[in-house]
Amino acid sequence: MAEERRQKLCSVILPTESMKAMAESVGVGSLQEDSCLALSEEVSYRIKEIAQDALKFMHHGKRRKLTTGDIDHALKLKNVEPLYGFQSQEFIPFRFASGGGRELHFYEEKEVDLSDIINTPLPRVPLDVSLKAHWLSIDGVQPAIPENPPPVPKEQQKTDSTEPLKAVKPGQEEEGSIQTKGQGASSAEVKGKEKMRMKPRSTHELSVEQQLYYKEITEACVGSCEAKRAVCVCNKCYLFLFQVRVNVVQNNLALLIYLMRMVKALMDNPTLYLEKYLHELIPAVVTCIVSKQLCLRPDVDNHWALRDFAARLMAQSCKTFSTTTNNIQSRITKTFTKALLDDKTQWTTRYGCIAGLAELGHDVIKTLIIPRLSVEGARIKAVMDGPVVSNIDKIGADHVQSLLLKHCASVVAKTRPLPDMVDQYKVDYGYLGTMLCSHVVKARAQAAFQAQTVNRTTLTITQPRPTLSVSQSGLSTSSGSRAPSIIKVPSSLTLMSTRPGTPTQPSPPATKYIVMATSAGAASTQQVITLSSSQSGSPVTSTVPSTPTSLQPLVKLESGNTGAVSGSRPLQKYIVVSLPSSSSSLENKSSSVLPSSTSPISMESAVKLERSESPAANTQSH
Amino acid sequence: MAAVQDGQMELDAEKETKPEILSDGTSNLSGNTASGTLSSSPLTAAPAGGAPKMEDQQTLIAVLQFLKRNKLTDSVEILRREAGLGEDQEDSQATDGSGGGKGDVDGGDANSLLSRVSITSAAAPQSVIIFHSIIFFYSYRFGKVGGADDQPDVSVVLSAYSQQGDPSLYQVYYSGLKNFIESVLDCHRAELSQLFYPLFVHMYLELVYNNHENEAKAFFEKFSGDQECYYQDDLRVLCGLTKKEHLKGNEVLLDFRTSRFVLRISRDSYQLLKRHLQERHNNQIWNIIQEHLYIDIFDGMPRSKSQIDSMSGSLAGEGKREVNKAKVFHGLLKEPEIEVPLDDEDDEAENEEGKPKKKKTKKDSLGSKSKKQDPNAPQQNRIPLPELKDSDKLDKIMYMKESTKRIRLGPENLPSICFYTFLNAYQGLTAVDFTDDSSLLAGGFADSTVRVWSVTPKKLRKVKSAADLNMIDKESDDVLERIMDEKTASESKILYGHSGPVYGVSFSPDRNYLLSSSEDGTVRLWSLLTFTCLVGYKGHNYPVWDTQFSPFGYYFVSGGHDRVARLWATDHYQPLRIFAGHLADVTCTRFHPNSNYVATGSTDRTIRLWDVLNGNCVRIFTGHKGPIHSLAFSPNGKFLASGSTDGRVLLWDIGHGLMIGELKGHTDTIYSLKFSRDGEILASGSMDNTVRLWNSMKAFDEVETDDFTATTGHIHLPDNSQELLLGTYHSKSTPVTHLHFTRRNLLLAAGAYNSQ
Repeated sequence: MAEERRQKLCSVILPTESMKAMAESVGVGSLQEDSCLALSEEVSYRIKEIAQDALKFMHHGKRRKLTTGDIDHALKLKNVEPLYGFQSQEFIPFRFASGGGRELHFYEEKEVDLSDIINTPLPRVPLDVSLKAHWLSIDGVQPAIPENPPPVPKEQQKTDSTEPLKAVKPGQEEEGSIQTKGQGASSAEVKGKEKMRMKPRSTHELSVEQQLYYKEITEACVGSCEAKRAVCVCNKCYLFLFQVRVNVVQNNLALLIYLMRMVKALMDNPTLYLEKYLHELIPAVVTCIVSKQLCLRPDVDNHWALRDFAARLMAQSCKTFSTTTNNIQSRITKTFTKALLDDKTQWTTRYGCIAGLAELGHDVIKTLIIPRLSVEGARIKAVMDGPVVSNIDKIGADHVQSLLLKHCASVVAKTRPLPDMVDQYKVDYGYLGTMLCSHVVKARAQAAFQAQTVNRTTLTITQPRPTLSVSQSGLSTSSGSRAPSIIKVPSSLTLMSTRPGTPTQPSPPATKYIVMATSAGAASTQQVITLSSSQSGSPVTSTVPSTPTSLQPLVKLESGNTGAVSGSRPLQKYIVVSLPSSSSSLENKSSSVLPSSTSPISMESAVKLERSESPAANTQSH
Repeated sequence: MAAVQDGQMELDAEKETKPEILSDGTSNLSGNTASGTLSSSPLTAAPAGGAPKMEDQQTLIAVLQFLKRNKLTDSVEILRREAGLGEDQEDSQATDGSGGGKGDVDGGDANSLLSRVSITSAAAPQSVIIFHSIIFFYSYRFGKVGGADDQPDVSVVLSAYSQQGDPSLYQVYYSGLKNFIESVLDCHRAELSQLFYPLFVHMYLELVYNNHENEAKAFFEKFSGDQECYYQDDLRVLCGLTKKEHLKGNEVLLDFRTSRFVLRISRDSYQLLKRHLQERHNNQIWNIIQEHLYIDIFDGMPRSKSQIDSMSGSLAGEGKREVNKAKVFHGLLKEPEIEVPLDDEDDEAENEEGKPKKKKTKKDSLGSKSKKQDPNAPQQNRIPLPELKDSDKLDKIMYMKESTKRIRLGPENLPSICFYTFLNAYQGLTAVDFTDDSSLLAGGFADSTVRVWSVTPKKLRKVKSAADLNMIDKESDDVLERIMDEKTASESKILYGHSGPVYGVSFSPDRNYLLSSSEDGTVRLWSLLTFTCLVGYKGHNYPVWDTQFSPFGYYFVSGGHDRVARLWATDHYQPLRIFAGHLADVTCTRFHPNSNYVATGSTDRTIRLWDVLNGNCVRIFTGHKGPIHSLAFSPNGKFLASGSTDGRVLLWDIGHGLMIGELKGHTDTIYSLKFSRDGEILASGSMDNTVRLWNSMKAFDEVETDDFTATTGHIHLPDNSQELLLGTYHSKSTPVTHLHFTRRNLLLAAGAYNSQ
């Protein structure tokens, strides 16, 4: 701190080049170096002086930002003519340019065509100053109204929700006892309100106030006013389920889409602590995914998009909020699977289930959907080829089919070894096999193309994280119980081959994984690491071929230290990194990586356990 | 300009209704106003000693000569007129006064002038500084007329640095002293560490003055990190100065030079230092200490580090002990007795309600309160105050009625806060004020406008034009209502007139006038009946940062960038008093509730309390570590609260001249402070978008002001900010610019919404 300060205080002066440039700009061609130096010192001093005066004006203007006006006033203090033409409310966009070893900051002044200005319509007149009153506090308690900030910061919301007893206890907040009391009271109030509102929700009856309130908030959210929307949204999450129900009953598709967007907005808001409201939100979202009917005309309206959107939302919330205690992901998976396995499920619901599962990631697709492809294929076939039952069913089957193809193709492309034989596909996947095969081929071509581009631009990222690997290695032994913190590790990494050219190894999936080998000696081999994997499939998914790509070791391999043992071999370092993958798979694999180099490299494998009670959950072996 | 002139006439016309004010001021005011601007300095208002008259006159003449020689004819004119000196008198005095001095060239001549003044005023050493400030003031005011580079006073000031020493040895000297101080006993170390900063600055300036640029830079880099963090702002200014030429015209450093840095050091520590310096023959440092520092030696225990830290931080060190010894009449003035109308009103009210019993108790409580004479109160007529008009009496009655309905606040009973947000102000709101009855709100804006809002349903109306006024029946009872023009009724009015951002606004207590001070150097008086400008008070010439009406009206005070605060009366276009002494901008000005004193806060990080009667500075409070931006007197007049850019509120006991509390919690500049009507709660509003409430009663009660503390001025501050904080209220994104307690103790806050 002190050193920073000192650095700041060191007198900085303008470079003499600036003086020269300025001299040139006013027509003084050659300026002596000495004069430049003297000038720059003087100019620097004056600029500092003016800046200090300008600061005074900023303080008295009760602003945090220095404006050009402040500088003008400071100049006026010194009896200097202010600068004209620099009136700007916002910052002046200085541009930067460098070249020939010189750096230059300049203010880009565009030539403006006057006729353009004349012809453009006048901008909107800025609003006049107006005065608005609200209650910041009523008898010492801050009311929860839109004008006031959310009553408590996120951290405190967290403690409130996780430790409700502690939060009401007075005297522990740093704000002082009264403050705590006030907040305790207000949060109690809020809780009371929640209860009041939750009650009618279960009976599906609405009081007049609630109807009004509902109308109000929906208007605010659906309306155009962004600010208002944000405000309402932050306070009233718990109304969503309620709204969704209302709308599902009313089959109002448009409103449902709006509501889902609101949920999305809520989740994207970093300042909200949504955990408290998850039990309200998730049922609402699930409803939008799997509900039998979401709109009045299911054959015409595009409720499929809503389901897709909601499914993505669901996946997002699983990713963000799933913990050991709430088990969201496993519960959701269970729900979907159950519905999917049920024969009587409607096409719409079936679509929603598959979409919901598919969004959860490749591993879920692999373990839960692909095994069912043949069954679903048969069902689709029955509708498509059989007697026309109803148009709705047909549309539904059609959608399910395309959905299945879309999601499964990419997974199959990754997991299934080449070559892609249509007959084999037919055997494996039944009715859908043919189409799947063509999709897979397409997907492979795309992946290969992307892999090429990746290989061209090799990234070098070294992230030695010894502590992580230690904890991971510890994990590999403990299979059942694990510390919840580990689960939070966002995504497991997939170790790819170090020999990208080898035909037996599929190319890495697009842009997500990069393996680097940096070696001191050019002659070092690239074949230091080989991967051997255990069977990662579950009983249900035994058909899935186990390939090295399904391994997900969260590792950093360093052969450097041990390389010394082998003597002459130059230092080698293998680091496996993963770029943040957008669809992190939560399906867990065990893996082991065995290097075949002369040095026995210790390796760590990351093990992630599927905690869901889904049939595929019990994978763990070495 | 014409508009202003017109305004002046209008004002005069209005003032005719109360000519007694003018004549009333005979005893004190008129005498002083005759001497106009100068009356602030003790030159005319000096305590009657043996022969102060003669000395004063000589000093004056010296000043005149000085000004003349520098061709500051305007100043000479004004000064002469104000002092009432004839030209011949001055000439005769001059000829037999300074023989040798006249022949000299510029620099020497100023020196001789100085020496002469110091001879004449040897008995009163203060007047040297006063003399300085006068010269400063005049040259500052008119310096630009006379030519910017012609500033001989600067060379006078700086010439003290001309002594030569080996520049390379400065570092050795300083680090020698540093080693010594670090090796002394703990109890002395803290005290002697105070020397570091002033020595550092003076040594650096000496180096710079003597053109040892590189040595100066090296010196700065080596030792600037050792200085206390609260001097960083000054150091930043200092580090830019690397050339002798820069010293000219840098006010901060001139101030540093002209005023001696005051240190309080115990006798033991001082002896220790003295012995050390004499042993080492370290004359360089000793000279600086002798010349530029004022060491206030006291007997007794050395102070601890925290004690020193709480008091230090100002630009010129702590206040000397004796400056805070003057008696301050901090009590309140006796309330005027308004009996008859009160009874009438009460009767009516109570008859309606049918509770005649209540009346007696109410009357008693009010009566006893007003009759009690505070021993600390100044005499009722210590400064002449305007007489109450009928409308004022009515207002007083309203006030009393309201105050009976006042909520008694306390830690268990916090006030409600109503927040007035200025929307679409585009970062332009610079000042806000409420009327005492909370019916009007005024905002000053960076676009030079002043806007007045009515926050009650009653709309703002202008008075009818002169032609229309002739038509109305002047005998009717509701003539006051009839003169208003209904067509002009609106919720807000805009006042145009300033040519720069408006930094201060203040309503007169009778709600008929509004003052505004602006960057353009003027203070303007606006009529809230016609919504026009009446007078533009010129004098500051530089931005006027703040202005406030006296609680009794008529007087007002303003303070600005020219480092002086001025006391004005609405009917005088020149100030009645100039309060000079601050070393940097006067950022805020507040009247004491009894109107006899004015408190000013400044960028030099001190607060000064000035006596309106004689213009003396009666208190200097040091301890803030940043420019002071808000001040508030407690309603009983005993205490003062101040807030600064460092986010701390300090509480001061005016009677004892002591710091009595420190309220920490804000994270940004405190722009507003206000005590509740009964002084139970202090509200502070800050740039950090919060309003905080503090238990001021507890803070004041816990103070032990025993005789020892009072005499030595050594304070032990309890660190109890958290206990005293009663509540924090965040606004969404609105810095709190102003706070106001209504008569019923509802807290009003105001600020402009900041959309970023």
